[in-house]
Amino acid sequence: MIEQVAKEKEQEVLAELDSFAELPDAPPKRKFRLSWVGYCASAVVAFWLIICLIGPSIAPFHEMDMEGDDSFLDAYTSEEGYGTFHLGTDYLGRDTLSRILFGARNTIGISLAATLLAYLMGITLGILAAVKGGWIDMGISRVNDAILALPTIMLGLIVIAALGSSIPILIGTAAVIYATSVFRIARALGQDIMVQDFVEAAQTRGEGIWWIIRAEVLPNAAMPLATDFGLRLVFVVLFISSLSFLGLGVQPPASDWGSMVRENLQGLTYGSWASIWPACAIASFTISINLIVDDISAKSGGSLAKKMV
Amino acid sequence: MMMRMVWQRVGIGLATLWVVSVIVFVATSILPGDVAQIVLGQSATPETLAALRAELGLDQPGYVRYFSWLGNMMAGDLGISKAGGATISSLIGGRLGNTLMMAGLVALISIPISIALGLWAAMHPGTWLDRIITFGTLSTISVPEFFIATIAVLILAVELHWLPSTAYMTGDETFGQLLKALAMPLITLVIVVSAQMIRMTRAGILNVMSSPYIEMAILKGVPRRRIILRHAFYNAIGPIVNVIALNLAYLVSGVVIVETIFAYPGLAKLMIDGVQTRDLPLVQACAMIFCGTYVVLILLADIGSILSNPRLRNPK
Repeated sequence: MIEQVAKEKEQEVLAELDSFAELPDAPPKRKFRLSWVGYCASAVVAFWLIICLIGPSIAPFHEMDMEGDDSFLDAYTSEEGYGTFHLGTDYLGRDTLSRILFGARNTIGISLAATLLAYLMGITLGILAAVKGGWIDMGISRVNDAILALPTIMLGLIVIAALGSSIPILIGTAAVIYATSVFRIARALGQDIMVQDFVEAAQTRGEGIWWIIRAEVLPNAAMPLATDFGLRLVFVVLFISSLSFLGLGVQPPASDWGSMVRENLQGLTYGSWASIWPACAIASFTISINLIVDDISAKSGGSLAKKMV
Repeated sequence: MMMRMVWQRVGIGLATLWVVSVIVFVATSILPGDVAQIVLGQSATPETLAALRAELGLDQPGYVRYFSWLGNMMAGDLGISKAGGATISSLIGGRLGNTLMMAGLVALISIPISIALGLWAAMHPGTWLDRIITFGTLSTISVPEFFIATIAVLILAVELHWLPSTAYMTGDETFGQLLKALAMPLITLVIVVSAQMIRMTRAGILNVMSSPYIEMAILKGVPRRRIILRHAFYNAIGPIVNVIALNLAYLVSGVVIVETIFAYPGLAKLMIDGVQTRDLPLVQACAMIFCGTYVVLILLADIGSILSNPRLRNPK
């Protein structure tokens, strides 16, 4: 026990010495060494991103083709010469594999768009609040806290009850909801950076506010925000697919992983896997992103891993 | 000192509730297309529209409608459902009880399990079982709730035929039948909620374990078990109480999915049906109940962490 503590202490001291090895004004070295779990997870994420781009062109059928011989069939090759249904058919006799390949674009595409929009809004307002302070900061923060005080799924349900569901509304709703957490992080980071000596030096030099934001604040906030992007993307994917699962997200006949699970749920009682495959697709994507984030943050003090728990 | 902080939190909680009511009302009322238009749909003529608007009070300015809505809600009058014309209080009545029963049972089962597993994992960090717990809980919180539910149905209902795949209740079951009907949604929710709580309990204890007085205890030669149970646990109670309240709040969103998937006759199912038929008064009432519960639970978590902090409890 004592040995272990001593060893940990030693490592801490060594780590501290390491940080002095660099010149104070040199940018800190950033090491991207992932463990093998991290590499596997990256491969899965890369796979789905590629599917997003080329999915529709490699799919054996169109997402809306009802070519199967019957609904809820297991994997089989059609005797009437339609081709092979590698993952079986869904409740309308459509090819499950093709719908998953088409659906990647909807599920991941919408989530990615919403997360990017959330980041654009969150960072802009967060840095603005941190830099300007005063009543601007007060005003934005109060509104932000009010939105954060609600369960996300409730907000989504209220907006969809009022406006109906369409892809732009889904993206906009998810973006506003998740911009609130981005805002909090960006504001905290911005406030930390604004009191650093180098910012004070720049202000004394007479640099303008935009120069300081562009050259000092953003580069220093970029790395933590980038890791957080992964977590936020996972939350958005879960949010969008939960809404789709409730029948309030992407509307049929377009394919989307969340709504595919819902549509084929009745088949589960006959032992059909048509609802399991899209559920697995979502799980593989979100678990992989989380594993990568966990891997990166485990090597950078674990502060981000704590945020997720 | 401490009481002042508690009252301050209660004040903030009440203010949040008020803001929530504004958000719910504004989001559902000021947006294009009012209830009158939805009700009449294609058959709307300017005259019938105006008549229905006057009947529903929609011709009054927004703030007047907001305050009368808020006043009615405080008095327990939740309004009339658009579909069928029943009062919303009568629709919600029994449903609310079902949802509360489910949430209560989930809390009762998941809290002891999570604290035990979280403690165990914190006592043996880095062992195989700890890694399995860490990976398992990380995976659970990264997947949608309906994934867990689907897998549970596949294994327990389809492959093993142990449990029914829906939680349909007629109201006159025996206790055994009731338990069987509830089992599936309960299992799903317990898994989802426990995963969060286990991670937070483990992180909370490990956080306390890195403080100087624990190091002192280690150097004194106190066994690790004793350190955790006698030194770390009491100081981690505050964070853990916080975790429990926060997770009961997360239960709100879990309930929405689980009630839908198992066709459980609860409040969330009612709300989803309301969203699908765009029954706005019903959605407003349900949203206020869910959001109100959420805000109150978060408030309790806040107060719990203040009360359990010895430095605030015994001011100098």
